[in-house]
Amino acid sequence: MFKIIKQLTSVVAMFAVLFAFSTETMAAKKSKTLENTKKRGFVRCGVSQGLPGFSNADEAGNWTGIDVDVCRAVAAATLGDATKVKFTPLSAKERFTALTSGEIDILSRNTTWTLSRDADIGLTFVGVNFYDGQGFMVRKGSGIASTSEFKNGTSVCTNLGTTTELNMRDFFDSKGISYEPVVFEKADEVVAAYDAGRCDTYTTDKSGLAAQRTKLSAPDDHVVLPETISKEPLGPVVRQGDSVWEDIVRWSLNTMIEAEEYGVNSSNADMMKTSNNPAIKRLVGAEGELGAAFGLDNDWNLRIIKQVGNYGESYKRNIADTGILPDRGPNELWTKGGILYVPPAR
Amino acid sequence: MNNIIKRYIPQILVILFVVLIFGFLTLNAQTNMDNRGIDFGFGFLSQESSFDVQFSLIEYSGSDSYARAFLVGLLNTLLVSFISIIICTILGVIIGVARLSSNYLIKNSAGWYVEFFRNIPLLLQIFFWYYAALRALPMPEKANAWFGVTYMTVKGYYIPSMVWENLNVFLYCGLAAIISIIVLRNYASKLRDTQGKQIPVLLYSVALLIVLPLLSFLFGGVSLEFQIPELKKLSKISYIYEGGISLPPELIALVLALSLYTSTFVAECVRAGIEGVSKGQKEAAASVGLTPNQVLKLVIMPQALRIIIPPTTNQYLNLTKNSSLAAAIAYPDLVLVFAGTALMQTGKAIEIVSITMLTYLTISLTIAAIMNWYNKKIEIKEK
Repeated sequence: MFKIIKQLTSVVAMFAVLFAFSTETMAAKKSKTLENTKKRGFVRCGVSQGLPGFSNADEAGNWTGIDVDVCRAVAAATLGDATKVKFTPLSAKERFTALTSGEIDILSRNTTWTLSRDADIGLTFVGVNFYDGQGFMVRKGSGIASTSEFKNGTSVCTNLGTTTELNMRDFFDSKGISYEPVVFEKADEVVAAYDAGRCDTYTTDKSGLAAQRTKLSAPDDHVVLPETISKEPLGPVVRQGDSVWEDIVRWSLNTMIEAEEYGVNSSNADMMKTSNNPAIKRLVGAEGELGAAFGLDNDWNLRIIKQVGNYGESYKRNIADTGILPDRGPNELWTKGGILYVPPAR
Repeated sequence: MNNIIKRYIPQILVILFVVLIFGFLTLNAQTNMDNRGIDFGFGFLSQESSFDVQFSLIEYSGSDSYARAFLVGLLNTLLVSFISIIICTILGVIIGVARLSSNYLIKNSAGWYVEFFRNIPLLLQIFFWYYAALRALPMPEKANAWFGVTYMTVKGYYIPSMVWENLNVFLYCGLAAIISIIVLRNYASKLRDTQGKQIPVLLYSVALLIVLPLLSFLFGGVSLEFQIPELKKLSKISYIYEGGISLPPELIALVLALSLYTSTFVAECVRAGIEGVSKGQKEAAASVGLTPNQVLKLVIMPQALRIIIPPTTNQYLNLTKNSSLAAAIAYPDLVLVFAGTALMQTGKAIEIVSITMLTYLTISLTIAAIMNWYNKKIEIKEK
């Protein structure tokens, strides 16, 4: 009897070693995610449940927004077709688990880059596609013009599982104001609660406030307060452990920003192949072997620019023309007074 | 020898199989977490949570630990379950008895009530109360006072809070009243068994329950003051009430939905229990001269309870588990606070979800144990 048990344990141990070994090799050099994406024929992208300007679906189910465009750029680079993306709407609460469990391959959902998220929970942030900060929205009739006029007992509506929840606590604590946080899982529920008068103020990233304001029953009766209480660099996220995939997503985003810097856009990209500027020629795949580094062909970046456009086009189409935030503020190129600055593609 | 092998080998194989599967799952999770750079551990529980919670029974702020945030969520879950269980039991018994009434109107309205609330999904009922019924309430400054001192508003239900002096003396008096009632009951049943004398136990009990605490006010130095909520201006157009206790609308919506929904099932259990007692029992009890009240109390109910308790236990368990739907309407229960915000902020999905599951399991098993104990107590004791 004892002998059997001993034999069995050794079998178990052997299996254990085997499985451990096989998962280990899976995570080696080559990009498993890229291979799977090519096999599947579409990029799996996690987006919000509807935030105009960032990721929002129309009645026909077409997704638009600057977060959506990041995923489209990756699809254009890896599969050659920007439409080959499957969008998964996620709540703030679900988003990281969906990514770490492998349900999606890119999370492009107005997600704030923080140390603990980057280092602690198996995620890697690849860049910033929108520089934001947290603000407050109040009713115009309240006469409140600044956050210093909040009084004890103010009820605050916001989203569950966001940095907003933490910033809000830091803010009210430092001011010594007691408040009532009312947290909902879905953004629409927050808007509805604020609209119904359940809360005196609604707090989230300022871009979010501007976008959600359009959903209120009387948008003009509400105003966003001038103060910004936090830094919120929003950007796409990938799973930790696939550095090639990480690079593909990072440089797809960088390509869009650099294209704007060099004046390359969706309509002039093909002509730019004959440009005199080597930097521009590299950007449209006419010089160098940039794609090879990720296992892609040499037209990957040209396809991004032609099919999705550069960052400026994406911003104009999704955020400026829709009236959400006509002024680009910090999200202007560094050459034009903003802080958008990406490493050179060479 | 041969028998032993036949008997034990399959069992050992099954156990090994289960162990192997669990071992593989754990190992798989561990390697995958290692690959993705996720640590496993419960150290985060002692870290500062740095988020606030809307409504808490204990002192809590963002500088407390995640463990305390867990406790806040747990207490909120227990609170909403406790209130709902009490309301659904009272409602359920009334409706259940009403369904057996000989009065056509009472019988049928009880029947309608059961069919209506039982057949609409619970989540929908929660949404109805929260998004439709409670959102239609007035703003604080426009609210009318109920009973002169309470205000039902879109921001919550404000009631006066009690300010006690020497509360402990009052509590001791209450405890003394309860103990003397138990002693009295034992004495009364002994008196009935040995001498056949009846004393009005209920009357004496009520008197004790009122008189003893009252004495504490007169002689124990106990005093009670009510703090009535007062309107306070937050800005030009927004107000709240201050000074009393505020019950958030999320709590009220959840209690309403849970207790109305579960009361229909309790009502059906009660009806089944009473109908399950054979008619002969009632007739026999009446023939020995018991009054209709005594028939119900001494003959029908003790037997009916035996049928009612087990399925009602199930309903209590369901209610407690259903209370996790709180997360849908921002009531800070265990799921929203711990498996929601805390999970998001720490990213410790496996740890937090297993703690939460274990907690619900423990709550359910505890309720089941209490109800089993009660069921044992009232079951037929053969002498």
